[in-house]
Amino acid sequence: MTAPLLSIQNLHLKMSSFDGRAHVLNGINLTVNRGEIWGLVGESGCGKSLTGLSISRLQPTPPAHYVAGEILLEGQDLLKLSQAQMQRLRGKRIGMIFQDPTTNLNPAFRIGEQLVDVALAAAEHDAGVLDCPPNAGRRARRIAARKLAGDMLARVGIPNAQARLDSYPHQFSGGMRQRVLIAMALIGRPDLLIADEPTTALDVSVQAQILELIKNSVNDFDMGVVLITHNLGVVAQTCSHVAVMYAGNIVESGPVAAVIGSPVHPYTRALMSAIPTRETKRGMLRGLAGSVPNLIVPPPGCRFAPRCQFALPACTAAMPAAVPVGNDHAVACIRVAEMEALVHG
Amino acid sequence: MLRFILRRLLLLIPVIIGLTIIMFAIARLLPGDPVALAAGPNATQAEIAALAVEYGLDKPVWTQYANYVSGLAHGDFGTSLLTRRPVATDIAAYLPATLELVFAAMIIAVAVGIPLGLVTAVWRNRWPDYLAQVGAIGAISMPRFFLGLLLQLCFAMWLMWLPLGGRLPIVVIPPPSVTGFLTIDSLIAGNWTAFTMSLRHLALPAIAMSLSPLATIMRMMRSSTIEVMQQDYVMTARALGLPSRKIITKYVARNAVSATLTVIGLYFGWLLGGTVLVETVFDWPGLGLYATKAIVSQDMMPVIGVALVIGLLFVFANLIIDVLYGVINPKVRYS
Amino acid sequence: MTTMEQNTADHPGTPRRDRLRRAFFRFSQSKLSMLGAVMVAAVIFFTIFGTVLAPYPAHVAGGVDTASRFLAPSAAHPFGTNELGQDVLSLVMAGTSVSVLAGLGVVLIGSAIGTLVGAIAGFARGWVDEVLMRLTDLTLTIPGLILAMAIAAALGAGFGNMVIAIALSWWPGYARLVRGEVLAAREEVYVTAARALGATPKRILFRHILPNVVSPIIVKMSLDMGFAILTVAGLGFIGIGVRPPTPEWGTLLSVSRSYMPDYWWTAMAPGMAMFLAVFGFNLLGDGLRDVLDPKARR
Repeated sequence: MTAPLLSIQNLHLKMSSFDGRAHVLNGINLTVNRGEIWGLVGESGCGKSLTGLSISRLQPTPPAHYVAGEILLEGQDLLKLSQAQMQRLRGKRIGMIFQDPTTNLNPAFRIGEQLVDVALAAAEHDAGVLDCPPNAGRRARRIAARKLAGDMLARVGIPNAQARLDSYPHQFSGGMRQRVLIAMALIGRPDLLIADEPTTALDVSVQAQILELIKNSVNDFDMGVVLITHNLGVVAQTCSHVAVMYAGNIVESGPVAAVIGSPVHPYTRALMSAIPTRETKRGMLRGLAGSVPNLIVPPPGCRFAPRCQFALPACTAAMPAAVPVGNDHAVACIRVAEMEALVHG
Repeated sequence: MLRFILRRLLLLIPVIIGLTIIMFAIARLLPGDPVALAAGPNATQAEIAALAVEYGLDKPVWTQYANYVSGLAHGDFGTSLLTRRPVATDIAAYLPATLELVFAAMIIAVAVGIPLGLVTAVWRNRWPDYLAQVGAIGAISMPRFFLGLLLQLCFAMWLMWLPLGGRLPIVVIPPPSVTGFLTIDSLIAGNWTAFTMSLRHLALPAIAMSLSPLATIMRMMRSSTIEVMQQDYVMTARALGLPSRKIITKYVARNAVSATLTVIGLYFGWLLGGTVLVETVFDWPGLGLYATKAIVSQDMMPVIGVALVIGLLFVFANLIIDVLYGVINPKVRYS
Repeated sequence: MTTMEQNTADHPGTPRRDRLRRAFFRFSQSKLSMLGAVMVAAVIFFTIFGTVLAPYPAHVAGGVDTASRFLAPSAAHPFGTNELGQDVLSLVMAGTSVSVLAGLGVVLIGSAIGTLVGAIAGFARGWVDEVLMRLTDLTLTIPGLILAMAIAAALGAGFGNMVIAIALSWWPGYARLVRGEVLAAREEVYVTAARALGATPKRILFRHILPNVVSPIIVKMSLDMGFAILTVAGLGFIGIGVRPPTPEWGTLLSVSRSYMPDYWWTAMAPGMAMFLAVFGFNLLGDGLRDVLDPKARR
C-alpha cells in the first residue's frame, strides 16, 4: 500500500510570546487520503489554523517552534525541508485558500496576471501544469498560462471568464473573488488543498455555492482537502471526515456520519448541542461554559477536563490516547466506554 | 478622468489670484525703494521719478495690481527693473534649466530611494537597516549648499573629474532649443559632445539636490513596504508558491510605491523652490539664481513671477501625481 | 506618561506584556535619541558659552590678524585661519548662537502664529475655517525659501528681520497640524462634557483642547529646529540676513567659497557645525516622535 497523501504524526508545536511558551499543538495525528475532505473544527484558538499553516510551513519560526512529530506528504517529511524546497511544493502540490476574499487578492493587479504568475511558478517545478512543451519560450509559456487561467476561471464558475482576466479584484463580488482565489489555488493542480475558513466571510447564500465548488473540485482534481472551520454545519454539508480539535488536541475524529451522527467525546457532544435543533431546550448549552484554557500552563491531563461535565479525578492524571470506537472513528477520552453507552443507550 | 482634471485646473484660478495678492503685498507694502536701487547710485530725483512712471510704479498699489493681473491674462509678467527685459522672457529662458535640474535630482532620488527602501524593509531591524536609517537622517540634515561645496571640492577641484559649474562650457555650441533641456536637446540634435558635456555639468548639482528627497523617499518606501508585507494577499502569494523575490519586487513594490507617490509629488514642488542655494553654488542659470539676483536688488516683478510659476508647477505636480495614483491604484480610478 | 499607566490598567491581561514591549521599543530607539540629546545639549552649550570660550575672542569681535592669513589647521588653529587671519574655530563657536537663536525664534514665532490660526480655524469652523485654511494652502504653495528671501530683502538686513521673514513662511505646517488636532479633539467626550457643563468656547479651547495638542506640536518643533537652522544658514549663504562682522555659519561658508580649493579648511568647520547641529536636532526629534506621538510614525 502506498503512503497516504497527508499524514501528520504526533505534531507538537510551541509558540513563544512575551508571557512564555505556549504548547499550542499537543500531539496532532491526522491522515488524509485523496478524495477525502477532512473538516477540522474547534473554537478559535484551538490550533486548527495553526495546523493548516504548519502543513505548508507558513508559520514563521520563531516564534513558532516544532518540538516533535512529522508532517508527511506522500511519505516526505515537510518539516525537514528548507523554505526554498517548500516554496516549490506550495501552489504546486499544496494549494491554500484563506478566509477573507477581499484582502487575499492583490488590489493593484489584474486577476489574470495574478493567476498567470501562480501558474508559471507551478510550471517551474512541473512542466505538465501548462499545456505546452517543457522547453517552450517565455512568451509561449505566458500564453499557455493565460489560457489555463481563463479555463480555470471558467471551471470555478465565473461567467465570461476569458474577458474577466483583465478585471481588477475590486470589480468582483465577495463570492466571485473567493472563486478566483479557488482557481488560483487549483491552477497548479495541487494534490492537497488547505481551505482555512473559506466561507466565513461570505453571505450565507454564497457559502453553499463555494462549498459545492470545493466538493466538486476534489473529484475533478483527485486531491485531498483539509477544510478548517468553526462551523459544524459546514462540515456536515461538505466533508467526508471530521477531526474535532480542542486546545491543541484532536479529541475525536472519523467519518462525518459517525462523528456527527453519534458523537462520543464530551466536547463534541457539547459542540453538537450548541447547534439548536427542534429538541434543544433552554439550558442545554451549558456544556460549553468556560473558555479555552491557558496553554502556557495547560491543565494537567485531559485539557478539556476543567470544562467537562463528565470529568473524574483520573482525567487530570494523563492526556488520554485516542481509542478506536468504530470504523475509523477514534475518541481521546478515558471514559470512552461509558460515553458510548450514553450515546447508544 | 477628464472632468476631474478640468475641475482641478479650474481651481488654479483662485490660487493664481491669491499668490499674486500675497506677493504684491510683500513687494509694495514693505519698506525699500527698488526704483532708486535700479536707477543706480548716481541717478537724480527726476531720473528716478521718470523710471517709476515708465514702469507704472507711481500709481496706487491697487491700480498697479489691476494692471499686473490684466497683464497676466496676456502672459505678461511685468518687466524686470534689473535686466530691463520682460519677466516672461527671462522665466522662459531660466525655467528649463531649473526643471532639468529638478527632474534629474528626482530621477536619482526615486531610482535609488525606492529600491533602498524596499531592501531595508526586507532587512528590517538588522544592521544594514539601522545603518540606512541613521544615514537617512544624516542625509536630511546635510545642508545642500555645503554638500554642493564638498562635491565641487572633491570631484571638480581635486579629482577634476567633473566641471565646477554652469550648464555647458563656452566652447561647446548649445544644441537648438526644443525642450530647453540641454541633455534632451543635444540628443535630438544628435550632438554627442554636447550631450556628454551637459550630463557631466548636471551630475554634481543633481546629486546635491537629490540627497534629501532620496532619504525621505527611502524612509517612506520602507515603512509602506513593511505595511504591505503584512497584508493577506502577500501571505496568499507565498502560500501559492510565488518566489519571495518576485513577491517583493513585483507585488509588494507596486503597492508600496503607490503609497510613496504622494511624497514624491510634495517633494517635487519643494525641490523647485529649493534649487536656489544649489543653483548659487553651481552657478546654474535657473530660476533660483534669477530670483536670488532679483531679490538682492529688490527687483520685485521677477520675484512675483518666479513665485507664481513655481507655485503653479507645484499645484500641477500634485495634479499629475493624483492622476498617476489612479493609474497605479485601479480602485481610485474607477470610484 | 500617566495616560499610559491608565491604558495599561484598563487591560488587566496585558500590562506586563505592554510594558515589556514599550521598554524594548524605547531601548532599541534610545541609543540614537540619546546621541541626539547629547548633540543638542552641546549645541545649546555653545550657544550660551561659545563666544566666551572662543580661543580668540578678539577675532570674534571683528579683529583682524593679516600676518596669519590662511594658516592651515594646526594645534593653535584646529580649523585653520581665514582670509583675515581670524581663527575659524573661534568664529564657528561664536556663530552657534546666531544660528540656534534664529532657529529657535523662527520655530517659536512660526508655531505661535500657526497654532493660533489652526486653533481658530478648527474651533470656529464655517467660513472662518475656510478662509484661514485657503490662506494656509496658498502660503504652502509659495516656495518657502523664496518667500523668506523676498520678505527679508524687503525688510532689510538684521537678525530680527531675518527671523520674522523666515517665521512668516513657517507657520502653515503648524496651522494644519493644530486644526486637525482641534477638529479631532472637539469630538472627544471630555469636550462635549465641558460644553454641556456650560464652559465658554474660549475656556474649552485653552483649558481642554490646546493642552492635548501640545505633544504633536513639540514633536514638530523639535523636528523643525534643524530645518530652521538650515534656512537661516541658507539666507546667510546668499547674503541676506546677519551682516558681518557678526559671525554666522552660512555667511562664513559663503565667504570661504571664494578661496577654494587652496584654503578648503575655511569651509569645513562652518559646514560641519551646521550638519552636526541639524543632525542632533533631527535625531532628537525622531526619538521624541516615537515616544510622544507614536501614531505619527507609519
